[in-house]
Amino acid sequence: MSSKAKRRVFLTIIFIVNVIFAFIVLFPILYCFNVSNMTKTEIYAYPPQFFARAFSLDNYRTALQLAPFFRFILNSLIVSGVCTAAQMVTGALAGYCFAMFEFSGKNVLFTIMLATMMIPSQAIIIANYLTISQWGINNTYAALVLPYLASAFAVFNMRQAFLSLPRELYEAALVDGCTRFKFFYSVGFPLIKPALGALGIYTFLDTWNYYMWPLIVVNTVDMRTVQIGLGMLQGSESTNFGPVMAGAMMILLPSIIIFVIGQKQLVEGLTAGAVKG
Amino acid sequence: MGKKNGGAQPGAAVSVGPKKGKKTAFRIIEPYLYLLPALILFVIFVFYPFVKTIVLSFSITTPTGTFSMWNGVQNYIDIFTDVSFWNSMWITFRFAIVTVILSIVLGLIMAIVSNEKFPGRGFFRTVYSLPMAISAAAAAAMFTFILHPTVGTLNYVLHTNIGWLTNPKWALFSVEMVTVWMRVGINFIFLLAALQSVPKDLYESAELEGAGFFRKHWSITIPCISPTLFFLLIINVISALQQYAQVRMMTDGGPSNSTRVIVFEIFEEAFTNGRFGVACTESVILFIIMMILTRIQFNLEKGVTY
Repeated sequence: MSSKAKRRVFLTIIFIVNVIFAFIVLFPILYCFNVSNMTKTEIYAYPPQFFARAFSLDNYRTALQLAPFFRFILNSLIVSGVCTAAQMVTGALAGYCFAMFEFSGKNVLFTIMLATMMIPSQAIIIANYLTISQWGINNTYAALVLPYLASAFAVFNMRQAFLSLPRELYEAALVDGCTRFKFFYSVGFPLIKPALGALGIYTFLDTWNYYMWPLIVVNTVDMRTVQIGLGMLQGSESTNFGPVMAGAMMILLPSIIIFVIGQKQLVEGLTAGAVKG
Repeated sequence: MGKKNGGAQPGAAVSVGPKKGKKTAFRIIEPYLYLLPALILFVIFVFYPFVKTIVLSFSITTPTGTFSMWNGVQNYIDIFTDVSFWNSMWITFRFAIVTVILSIVLGLIMAIVSNEKFPGRGFFRTVYSLPMAISAAAAAAMFTFILHPTVGTLNYVLHTNIGWLTNPKWALFSVEMVTVWMRVGINFIFLLAALQSVPKDLYESAELEGAGFFRKHWSITIPCISPTLFFLLIINVISALQQYAQVRMMTDGGPSNSTRVIVFEIFEEAFTNGRFGVACTESVILFIIMMILTRIQFNLEKGVTY
């Protein structure tokens, strides 16, 4: 075989392997999407059906009757939106400070911030729950967002972003009489937009998927987030899979959209600091 | 990093400027103002609860979680002599090993095969990273259906009749596989980026010497991306020890406690049994285990040359 033919055979094998992997990843999602369109008879048919006979929204309607999914989605959008915005702001402020300023105690404070990454969230979740209960704010948006308004990851990520700005730019601006805060919001902030975008997408997906915290601080139906709402639906409809799959698709949609739109930025931003020889 | 030097100059350059006197005090406190929001939040929602967890781990609480009396190390003794705690630890340990290794290895294979030049690889890359956008709750709901013993497709396709989530022999394995599916996306993203940073000429010279596909990746790719592999090992172990949502939704810790991971145990002690002190003790142990594991991994990393 010539080396060109060999190469072609090799690439064909690679392509087939890719198709198999892609199938494994995509199958559950596509299949469950199909199931969300099936009637109960189709779902329980033997042999199992892979395609719905007709596109039907009945299961979605049933899911919405069984549980207020739009309300859950609204709650999750509020919670994730607030957490994301807050983590971007608190992270950018602290990151800018650590990247640009010299002040006494800088190293100690930076170590302290990084140390919070070492404390697993599940290990402090009970104590946080007790704090929130003590304040009597269970079942509020405040309870859902408060512990997640700042993160060490965001601080660190933003610090890296500001460190990558040319130092001369900062110095020149200051010599021209620009205040440090003005540089932050009128020069620095726009320049680190890609990193900020990546952080925003990551944080949104992360907080959208939170499960344990909303599970313990909220127990009224109206304040549930999508993840808890889906669990509730699954628990009550253990024999009726159609509406559960419809619910799963409804809560997947926002995160998949955000992921597909922001994928490139997300990947670049996430890996910029981590992958280095 | 490495841009630290020169940091003092801009401040100095400005403070000889015209407005100097008035602004000095502000200049000194200004940096701390930027840190204040994040710092306050960390103190209230990370450091304070951390200390509180440690304090409560040595005490007996009321069923609503307020301190009632000191209990010395009795909570720790109780836990270490409790069979169900050790059962949880053992399950968590197995769960972590299987999910961490498989999700990194699969992520790496996906990264390698989608890093070759062929039409449509962008599509495959998007697909492989997609699971990171899928929440544990949604994944759990989908797989609960697929793994269902009678209506589920898996048994039909494999011609088996296994209660994937209801048979104690299979439940942990099933939850592990679902978790691998969930985790593979994020690992893929990091590993692909690492692969792309491996110098191309290394591969070219290996090819000239006649190294095949597997040989090439074994002796060039793996050593070159070892920093990323270590990084992923740490974040995956930390994450694996804290998995909860899919366990709760798929098996609820059962059958016969066969999927009762440590966080499940903590949750039950606190919110079902109202024993917040014991739950905090278990949280502290979880924290210590993570500390030790990260420590070991950092030490291992130092011993490796790249």
